[in-house]
Amino acid sequence: MKGFLLPVVTLWWREIQRFVRQRSRLIGAFAQPLVFWLLLGAGLGASFQPPGTPIGTSYVEYFYPGIIALALLFTAIFATISTVEDRQKGFMQGVLVAPVGRSSIVLGQALGGTTLALLEGVLFLFLAPVAGIPLTVPSVLLLVAVMFLMSFGMTNLGLIIAWGLDSTQGFHAIMNLILFPAWLLSGAFFPISGAPQWLAWAMRVNPLTYGMAALRRSMYLGNPEAAGDVPQMALSLGVTVLFCGATFLVATWTARRSTA
Amino acid sequence: MVSGTNPGMDTPAVAVEGLRHSYGTREALAGVTFSVSRGEIFGLLGPNGGGKTTLFNILSTSMPATGGRARIFGRDVAAEPHAVRRGLGVVFQHPSLDPKLTVMENLEHHGHLYGLRGKLLKSRATVVLNRLGLSDRRRDLVAKLSGGLQRRAELAKALLHSPPLLLLDEPSTGLDPGARRDFTNHLDRLRREEGVTVLLTTHFTEEAERCNRVGIIHQGKLVALGVPDGLKKEIGGDVVVILPQDPEGLRRKIRERFGCEPVCIDGTLRVERPRGHEFVREVVEAFPGEVKSVTFGKPTLEDVFVHQTGHRLWGGQEISGDAP
Repeated sequence: MKGFLLPVVTLWWREIQRFVRQRSRLIGAFAQPLVFWLLLGAGLGASFQPPGTPIGTSYVEYFYPGIIALALLFTAIFATISTVEDRQKGFMQGVLVAPVGRSSIVLGQALGGTTLALLEGVLFLFLAPVAGIPLTVPSVLLLVAVMFLMSFGMTNLGLIIAWGLDSTQGFHAIMNLILFPAWLLSGAFFPISGAPQWLAWAMRVNPLTYGMAALRRSMYLGNPEAAGDVPQMALSLGVTVLFCGATFLVATWTARRSTA
Repeated sequence: MVSGTNPGMDTPAVAVEGLRHSYGTREALAGVTFSVSRGEIFGLLGPNGGGKTTLFNILSTSMPATGGRARIFGRDVAAEPHAVRRGLGVVFQHPSLDPKLTVMENLEHHGHLYGLRGKLLKSRATVVLNRLGLSDRRRDLVAKLSGGLQRRAELAKALLHSPPLLLLDEPSTGLDPGARRDFTNHLDRLRREEGVTVLLTTHFTEEAERCNRVGIIHQGKLVALGVPDGLKKEIGGDVVVILPQDPEGLRRKIRERFGCEPVCIDGTLRVERPRGHEFVREVVEAFPGEVKSVTFGKPTLEDVFVHQTGHRLWGGQEISGDAP
């Protein structure tokens, strides 16, 4: 067990050390979604009442959990993108010839990215009053747990891509073609209830939809009506946990197949 | 132990048998066989693209070979990568230290990957930092160190877990001659004082000259193997290099008059001959005005490479002399 955990802890800690020394990353990953939220929230707020939500729900409020998911996604993905270069001509070269299993390596990296994403998510929770959402202590604890799961799954997703690619060029294409649309179709931006049939189906099979639903339900713990027309909590948590496990297995498998 | 081999003291540090590797249809290694004894500094000399890095990647367990066998201290690299890794210290061509961390932080992470922690890790770090003269730089960010110091720190990292075998891929690339000498001196001390076995790849002949034994690798094949002096003796005598007015013309004349076959590379004629100093005088006297300059000397490993392959180590230009 010591042979498994010590590498995990050390690789996790390295991600934190690197992050602390690049404060611009922290600010960038926070500011970008924040600006996005405020501009879109203000711009769309006048013209849209999100369907399936109680009368009086503003777009700024509807979009708030969505923007938290975006902040998690950005941080998780950018934490993994360096893996591509790192294993070809960086620190990871040495890790790959050390007597350490690939699952330890992937778990250490995944927990590193998860911690950073979670940190961003917690910072966003302080903006709940701006969204007009009163948060209680149980709500916050549940939110942290859900954000942890979402971050872990998203970091694994980033690692699958990073271990499978030979250059960072492909990363941006995948980001734009797969990850960003997956976020758009998670109920972050618009609810399922207003979408046309084909789009609603795409949203139902999108695992991120269930993470989003868990996030909304945790936010309105005492007032389930306000969460709108989203999947139930048990189903949402179940799918999200499965998503975490599946992406972790695929990431480990991808890392095992990678030779350099 | 899976294979049941007993890695006794007479087992070679590295044993490579008929090793092959192909990338798709391109054959990078075409059956290479050699072994490295314990406590030896072994150099693989060859041009870039000759197969050195492929061999290095296979031995360092980064990549499985497509054919043949490689054993390190008796253990098969492909069958028991984990056991092999414990005994390997690896220095890559590209830096593997995290430039955003300090030297000490890098060593700590490395130690953790090898199961070292706490007091034992600290004392090992102190030992390797002292040995490589880096004690006062331990709190510096790696990015702030000079190229030579970064290489030394790479070596310190590779030595941290006391591996009996060091693998180094082009260790002196990007170093100035002073730093290169310094690095080689460190390797030599490690071999003498701690009995560490070293296998390095290089395309610098001066670096290969300082190894105990050298294997010359070209187009995926081992074309020469032995101690540097022995390889050079095989050439026979001296190497005379003539810069003529008209290379083709003079080449013909020398062949007719002296009955030897000069090799023409980049406008110079190269002749391998015993008693080179006499040949120099004879050539200059026989063809006055046709020779711009002449140098002669004992053969170098570069000459051995030319002799064995008909190519130059640098540039890879074809040589016209060996064409009949």
